[in-house]
Amino acid sequence: MSDFDWSSIPGALPYLWIGMKTTLQITAVAVVAGIVWGTLLAMLRLSTLPALSWFAVSYVNLFRSVPLVMVLLWFFLLVPQLLQAAFGLSATTDVRLVSAMVGFSLFESAYYSEIIRAGIQSVSSGQVAAAYALGMTYRQTMRLVILPQAFRNMVPLLLTQGIILFQDTSLVYVIALPDFFGAAYNVGNRDGRLTELLLFAGAVYFAICYSASMLVRRFQKRIS
Amino acid sequence: MISIKHVSKFYGSFQVLSDCSTEVRKGEVIVVCGPSGSGKSTLIKCVNGLEPFQQGEIVVDSVSVGDPETNLNKLRARLGMVFQNFELFPHMRVMENLVIAQIKVLGRSRDDAVHKGMALLDRVGLRAQAEKFPGQLSGGQQQRVAIARALAMDPICMLFDEPTSALDPEMINEVLDVMVELAQEGMTMMVVTHEMGFARNVADRVIFMDLGRIVEDDKKEEFFDTPRSERAQQFLAKILSH
Repeated sequence: MSDFDWSSIPGALPYLWIGMKTTLQITAVAVVAGIVWGTLLAMLRLSTLPALSWFAVSYVNLFRSVPLVMVLLWFFLLVPQLLQAAFGLSATTDVRLVSAMVGFSLFESAYYSEIIRAGIQSVSSGQVAAAYALGMTYRQTMRLVILPQAFRNMVPLLLTQGIILFQDTSLVYVIALPDFFGAAYNVGNRDGRLTELLLFAGAVYFAICYSASMLVRRFQKRIS
Repeated sequence: MISIKHVSKFYGSFQVLSDCSTEVRKGEVIVVCGPSGSGKSTLIKCVNGLEPFQQGEIVVDSVSVGDPETNLNKLRARLGMVFQNFELFPHMRVMENLVIAQIKVLGRSRDDAVHKGMALLDRVGLRAQAEKFPGQLSGGQQQRVAIARALAMDPICMLFDEPTSALDPEMINEVLDVMVELAQEGMTMMVVTHEMGFARNVADRVIFMDLGRIVEDDKKEEFFDTPRSERAQQFLAKILSH
């Protein structure tokens, strides 16, 4: 233990903080986009039109059956071409952050949609009947009656999924995007103190995720 | 106002309604009774299109319910419905339950909707509960709110699907009182219920169903005094024996 040398950490904090901001950005975008797209997927899945529900089922199965690392690489390779085609951007533009955000959002939405589908189904069908009986349309019924109740039941699960996502963002190392983990790795590599930096990064991830899941647990107790 | 002609409904090969025909005129109070599984709740849910049916025709205020061209949302907004399990929206306060459809479906201003909601809460004796959530009310109170919620839409007719079946005995009367008052004011009502006291008091006609068929459709005096079918006689004997 006495061999550990933590001295390179204080000086590296600003750089590590930039990495943490990247991590938080990706997490925030993927949570929001994942929930929005996941909600749509869940509604498609529950649709009575076979084509729509087939699409949602296939989407979810596809993304749940491939490794996240691979999805990230796909989008890293794909997004530049898409941007080039759509906006005429040069292929050398740095798209690592954008492609990571897109990849995570699409991947997480598959998981979110399953949580949300269960949430929608947890609301009793009598509530749908009551909303229809008042003359509400399908959209009004969903927006005003079903989804608010579904989301209330789902909040703990959605937050827990967000915590998992926060950890998974470290996988962006495969596209050489310096998130918090990547930044710690870079500093450790530079100073020959990889073990210390990775221990430190692990401790930070643990502290954040553990306290967040404590908050979720407390919140869960309060609403039940 | 409501005409039901030769309506049949199937779940797969299982027939839940067979050739049901009846008529509800403006201002009439019809009680629908029968053993469980007889199709009475299904029939009433066909009237506002909550349950589809495969054969026959239901016409409400000259709108055909089964016609694919019919705007069911529009029709339902004009028919009040009260459910066995109240089905208030648990995430909204009582007042919000009363105003939400007035605003979103009828396009009323919030002020008008609240005004109307308050008047109706007053009428069902629950003005003080306006800011509570449904979960904080007793079953009887929730059902009275549900009736007020339906009335807030100024319905041309009220449909009741076993409104007192999920209530503790001591709460049944507070709900029936509201319904009796409504009937006496001339509201057209179709009520699925086992409350024979209510039927005797305010019904104009009683429909008795068994195995998906309308077995009796009589003036209430005839139904209670001289039921024609054996099935209705047995049912009445059982239900009125205590």
